[in-house]
Amino acid sequence: MEITVRGLWTMIHGMGFGALYLMACSGALVELYRRYRSPLGPEIKIEDEKFMRIYLTAMAVLAWLTVLTGAYIIYPWYRAVPPPGTVNLASFPQRLLMASPSTSAWHSIGMEWKEHVAWLVPISITMAAAVFSQYRRSLRIHPELRAAVLGFVWISLLAAGIAGFFGAMLNKNAPVKGGPAITIVQGELK
Amino acid sequence: MNVQTAASAPQAKLNPNGAGAAAVLAAGIGSLALAVFAIAGDKAATFKTLMNFYKPTGPLSGVTTCAIIVWLAMWGMLHWRWSQRNVEVGRVTTAAFTLLFLSLLLTFPPIADLL
Repeated sequence: MEITVRGLWTMIHGMGFGALYLMACSGALVELYRRYRSPLGPEIKIEDEKFMRIYLTAMAVLAWLTVLTGAYIIYPWYRAVPPPGTVNLASFPQRLLMASPSTSAWHSIGMEWKEHVAWLVPISITMAAAVFSQYRRSLRIHPELRAAVLGFVWISLLAAGIAGFFGAMLNKNAPVKGGPAITIVQGELK
Repeated sequence: MNVQTAASAPQAKLNPNGAGAAAVLAAGIGSLALAVFAIAGDKAATFKTLMNFYKPTGPLSGVTTCAIIVWLAMWGMLHWRWSQRNVEVGRVTTAAFTLLFLSLLLTFPPIADLL
């Protein structure tokens, strides 16, 4: 059982940072809605507030790690140009997708949308974390600000979902692979 | 005046909404800047070349870096102007969501190709 270095980075980017961000979104939405919706609600403990601040900050860090590894580590492998005369395009995912009418839209729509829409995620969640850190429990007396934070977290979930969906489909149709192989488990011949 | 308003007013004065509104609007502007730079990079060859900050990543590196600079610059400027006062945050958030929604649409290639 082996994985290539490029495959490992793709997994860290998508299944590590990206998927973890998507899962974290639901927790943030529930907490922000449940605890901060009314100024007359139950008292918010300082430790709960601190937890939420750390949680949103961790989400922002995850979002930045996702887009930065995507754009600066994986994307260059994805868009690599094959030398003239290359027949086997397996190591050149973008060219492989564009070589067939049945897969070219995964690049022209999927990757073209994903590579840009994904950046709305760190912008939105960094804003949400900053506003929460500044206002904390007083978000309850600023309902419009609270609604804005919630709305931006929703949009970040949507944008991350779009990027995640296309990332998974692109990797299914033309996986980013190559580089040295890492052996995870040595199998046996049967 | 209900209990909620009576309790909220002095606190809102102590902790004005301007800083939050600045962050919200700047995020909307930054998002739209990303979409505008992406379209410009797609349509204009010169701009596309200019955006090529890091060759392996191509124009995406410049498009995203410039959008982040616009976002942070706007955030800093709006924070400086609004942080000590209350603003009409309803209008600000409406504007921010409009910009964010537009950026979602404009980054979608079939819509960007219509422009």
